[in-house]
Amino acid sequence: MTEKKKIDLNRVPIPKQEPWARKRNFNEVALGYTEEQAIQEASRCIQCPKPNCVKGCPVNVDIPEFIKAIRDQDMPEAVRILKSKNSLPGICGRVCPQETQCELTCSLAKKGAPVAIGRLERYVADWERAHPEITERQKEHTKLNGKKVAVVGSGPAGLTCAAELAKLGYRVNILEALHVAGGVLMYGIPEFRLPKDIVQGEVDYVKSLGVDIKLDQVIGKIATVDELLGNGYDAVFLAPGAGAPMFLNIPGENLTGIYSANEFLTRTNLMKAYLFPQYDTPIKVGQRVAVFGGGNVAMDASRCALRLGAEEVYIIYRRSEVEMPARAEERENAKEEEIIFKLLSNPKSFIGDEQGKVKAVELYQMELGEPDESGRRRPIPKPGTEFVFDVDTAIVALGTRPNPIIPSTTKGLELTRWGTIKTDESTGRTSKERVWCGGDMATGAATVISAMGAAKQAAADIDAYFRGEQVT
Amino acid sequence: MYSILSREKLAPGIHLFRVEAPEIAKRAQPGQFIIIRTDEKGERVPLTIADWDEKEGSVTIVFMEVGTTTKKLACLNAGDSIADFVGPLGLPTEIEQFGTVVCVGGGTGTACIFPIARALKAQGNKIISILGARTEELLFWEDRLRSVSHELIVTTDDGSYARKGVVTEPLNELLQETKVDRVIAIGPTVMMKFCCVTTRPFGVKTIVSLNPIMVDGTGMCGCCRVSVGGETKFACVDGPDFDGHEVDWDLLVKRQRAYLDQEQESLKLWETRMARVMADD
Repeated sequence: MTEKKKIDLNRVPIPKQEPWARKRNFNEVALGYTEEQAIQEASRCIQCPKPNCVKGCPVNVDIPEFIKAIRDQDMPEAVRILKSKNSLPGICGRVCPQETQCELTCSLAKKGAPVAIGRLERYVADWERAHPEITERQKEHTKLNGKKVAVVGSGPAGLTCAAELAKLGYRVNILEALHVAGGVLMYGIPEFRLPKDIVQGEVDYVKSLGVDIKLDQVIGKIATVDELLGNGYDAVFLAPGAGAPMFLNIPGENLTGIYSANEFLTRTNLMKAYLFPQYDTPIKVGQRVAVFGGGNVAMDASRCALRLGAEEVYIIYRRSEVEMPARAEERENAKEEEIIFKLLSNPKSFIGDEQGKVKAVELYQMELGEPDESGRRRPIPKPGTEFVFDVDTAIVALGTRPNPIIPSTTKGLELTRWGTIKTDESTGRTSKERVWCGGDMATGAATVISAMGAAKQAAADIDAYFRGEQVT
Repeated sequence: MYSILSREKLAPGIHLFRVEAPEIAKRAQPGQFIIIRTDEKGERVPLTIADWDEKEGSVTIVFMEVGTTTKKLACLNAGDSIADFVGPLGLPTEIEQFGTVVCVGGGTGTACIFPIARALKAQGNKIISILGARTEELLFWEDRLRSVSHELIVTTDDGSYARKGVVTEPLNELLQETKVDRVIAIGPTVMMKFCCVTTRPFGVKTIVSLNPIMVDGTGMCGCCRVSVGGETKFACVDGPDFDGHEVDWDLLVKRQRAYLDQEQESLKLWETRMARVMADD
């Protein structure tokens, strides 16, 4: 019997900023693997002949292959393998919910901790960033095929679709409404979780493929989708994001000091209000902050509030922690930073002072009943449990509805009953000829990687459509 | 970057810029606004479109120096550029044949009311305009407004020019004397509010253009939420025009004042910096 090398069932931990230090700065929390740590973690991968991890990845990265390249210390090869399937690895390595995707299906997960695929992906992306001469060499120049595509929005879906199409020889223009490219990666996800220079580095990569990004372009206002199709674009890919924030619809909601998470995060991340007054956009954060909601956005908002100087930050959620949609890792990070989870509580109204500023919220308690259609136990109000809870800032993180600007200005675009654009799941096609859609506008709020997966499929379908056209 | 083609001082602290933005000039309609950001560190601030010239490819904005952004803008000259100029945003003003329309403009609102009056006149309405200012030297565009009105009434608070008083006085008289089908009032919040108070007893529909604080200006953040008829609306995508009789004015004023302290702090820093620059020169 040959002795097999024993596999370490524990993953190499990732160095992080200590909670006491990081809760007062906007620097990245997770510091990333060193070369040694990356090689050690990569060596845990058993190189399954039929890898399940790849099936768990929405963009089908050849995971064992790139991990093998790290183990063999062939970093240019690791970059090549990773980037052939994923144009935004520095972003995905940081914000993908790997635990429900590639890492969930990792063979090691049956016995111990799965290979830390996300951390290794990040390591490869960061290595590439530190060695720009490598990418320069690898850049292939594709012959243009004469077709021109407009991509509306430069978030994860828009960037991915644009990169894929550019690689296939399409001329691609991205039309972005805001003053920087990146969409939710810039305005939504905070600096300490996803540094903005990482995002801009990956945006630059997409540009290096020949993609042109035009900023300040609100499609539906400066030009309609039909005008784009009539003015030289052969196809349009819509990826404008989910847009409009939802509120609680309770009394007092328009008092000052009450923000949508979108506004709070946009001021903080996009407008850099954490650097006020060096930057002109202000933000107001009091001593006691309440964040309503249980998703990743609620975690991001609460951790930003802390870094902006709040004394106590509460996450107020109507179910229990088990039902929270936020990633386990983000919940852990928040708890380490002493964000207080106030569970099974729901707001009834906000109470303001004479200046119209919020000073308290009236809450009531909930209990859990039978599972609802989402499979989670339904929260039921407990009568007579109302109480007043003092807060001086409130942030509503209940999700978003689709922004009406594009649907209301585009003829022949069928919508779902939620106001999203009706989109074929496997091809991204809409009801309108030569118009595709992907990301939150097609599915409602979802993850960065699912938007990227949809965008990749749409790019493939756009290409199939035009190749078909040329054949007939 | 968006180039400033020309600038003109309309009154002390009130400036007009013609900005090169051909795509916006092609699309602009009365009542719409743009979002500007002066520079990398600047705030996103909404300004109503005062005019546009499709042939020249320019959009005209008129602003008053009040905060950091408008002070920064006022330092720019023809040939300089603005980092971002986004639009045309918001829904256009409803332009139909209503009959007799009274257009009330105050402060920089005068610039916003001008293209609306022009479009309404072209649509066959009888336009009676009321132009109000605190004092004579703050008045501008009297001739321009006259050129698109059948009748023009000018008031100054201190009586230094034309009729002494505020715009609501001639408005009230007009409502008593003539059949007015619609009133459009654009100016400082308090002026719009009192125009609505004046027209309410007559039951004349009164349209106002609201100017809450905004961030993105495209419906993404909800900073500009206003209460209209008991419902929360986003001024950037549902407005900026609303039925003034339905607007919760107190809420609007309170929300406009949400950042007064920080606005002061930011302005002070800017002024200190400018003073240093001047001293170095």
